[in-house]
Amino acid sequence: MADRHTLRLMLLILGVVFAFLYIPISVLVGLSFNAGGMPTAWTGFSLKWYGALFANKDILRAAGNTLIVGLVSAFVATVLGTLLAIGIEIRRRKGRVLETLIFAPMVIPDIVLAIALLSFFSLLDVRLGLHTVIMAHVVFNLAFVCAVVRARLKSFDWSIVEASADLGASTVTTLRRVVLPVLAPAIIAGGLLAFTLSVDEFIIAFFTAGAQRASITLPMQIYAMIRFGVTPEINVLATLVIGFSLVTLALSQRLNRGGLPGQ
Amino acid sequence: MQDRKSLVLVAPAFAWLTAFMVVPCLLILALAFFRRGIYGGIDYTFTLENVAMVFDPLYARIFLKSAWIAGLAASIAAVVGYAAAYAIAAMPRRHQPALLFFAILPFWSNYLVRTYAWIVLLNREGLIVAIARWLGVEGALPQMLYTEGAVVLGLVYNYLPFVILAAYAPLSRLNPEIAEASRDLGAGGWTTFRRVILPITLPGVATGFVFVFVLSIGNFVTPALLGGGQFQMIGNLVYAQFLTANDWPFGSALSMVLIAVMLVLLTAQTYANERASTGRQASGGVDG
Repeated sequence: MADRHTLRLMLLILGVVFAFLYIPISVLVGLSFNAGGMPTAWTGFSLKWYGALFANKDILRAAGNTLIVGLVSAFVATVLGTLLAIGIEIRRRKGRVLETLIFAPMVIPDIVLAIALLSFFSLLDVRLGLHTVIMAHVVFNLAFVCAVVRARLKSFDWSIVEASADLGASTVTTLRRVVLPVLAPAIIAGGLLAFTLSVDEFIIAFFTAGAQRASITLPMQIYAMIRFGVTPEINVLATLVIGFSLVTLALSQRLNRGGLPGQ
Repeated sequence: MQDRKSLVLVAPAFAWLTAFMVVPCLLILALAFFRRGIYGGIDYTFTLENVAMVFDPLYARIFLKSAWIAGLAASIAAVVGYAAAYAIAAMPRRHQPALLFFAILPFWSNYLVRTYAWIVLLNREGLIVAIARWLGVEGALPQMLYTEGAVVLGLVYNYLPFVILAAYAPLSRLNPEIAEASRDLGAGGWTTFRRVILPITLPGVATGFVFVFVLSIGNFVTPALLGGGQFQMIGNLVYAQFLTANDWPFGSALSMVLIAVMLVLLTAQTYANERASTGRQASGGVDG
């Protein structure tokens, strides 16, 4: 469909869009190695801000909290989301209510879910902390795990389940020895994706973590730092956060080729 | 029998979503109709005051402002995102998956970090000012950070990958023979695009537009960071009602409006999509 003239125009558009998408992030990453640490002047390569960051107890604690929230919520969401995906696939025709229910956390504005959970926990007199953040994160993680596993189930050959049953395996054995191994890459990919999302999530954590400093997560820490002002340490933290998300995402992609929801 | 087994599989997730999503959202719905307690908190007497207050000119103005900013961001993202998706679809097939992957990759990094990157670029001691100074045109630069434009820019930047993804789906499924047929019938490139390709692929862009609009209108982070608290959007207002003013009933009433806007837009879009696809099937049936 493209003659040479159009092709050149298309390449130009792509170039501009990709520059727009990547220049801001690249500038941050570059600045994290700037000795002066301020954006206006390059004063030489240095890792000293990395050193400063790793000596910062607040940030380390926030990172620890984030890992706990990410690991636990991703684990719970992976178990529930996988079961849900298999369940939906089996009862295909009755799935409409469920489908709406899983789709909802993806479209409800973050702030609405966040304040809804805050009110809910407060009225029930639940003490806020990392555990409430975890409960909240499972809600949207669940949706993503379910989507990834369902994508894999679309190409699942149900005749092997019948074969397994014919050979005398019980339902649980079939699930454990046949269905789960086939789905394993998608399940792990979904879990990693959930972990990435949870590590990066800010608004819901901000409202459900409560006021104590002990339950601050990394994005909450980043938000506080940004509001406080531009300091070189944020560049380093931003770089590490970007790197971390991308590595996890790449792993997830590798395990489950083309498994990103919507792709 | 099989139904009962599958029920066991879906029940835990169903219970979790009910407890931590459905019930809290219904709670918000209910809170909007109660009075605010004298010392904050909730006084459980029914009132329509909160809902009425939403329509107070003071707040109505904030709604219009939010809708304006969200609409602007969604429109720009739709145009740029469509152009990018179109360009990706025009590239050789084997390169398309990689291009698409790299187009949505930034979306998977932290939202705050991506927003902060723009503070680094736009602030008075930032990179753009430094470059302008080096070029000797510093004086020509207006204030960039803490403006409405910065907020729109931040929203477009953060949500653009969404539109690219949404617009690429129909573009990649486009049958090249349709464009050929249009050309054989004497239509020029621009006419083919406007009369043939655009109508078929528009639902994808509409999906992207709606998503960006919905995500933008309730956003409070970008206005807080890139707008510098210069102006309020609904998200900031909801935030303030819950965390500063301690007026939960009014905050709930405001967020109900957000949900209403979201529901109306998504329903309209689903309806439009269905109509578009049945229309296409009907005309396809004539050929068959």
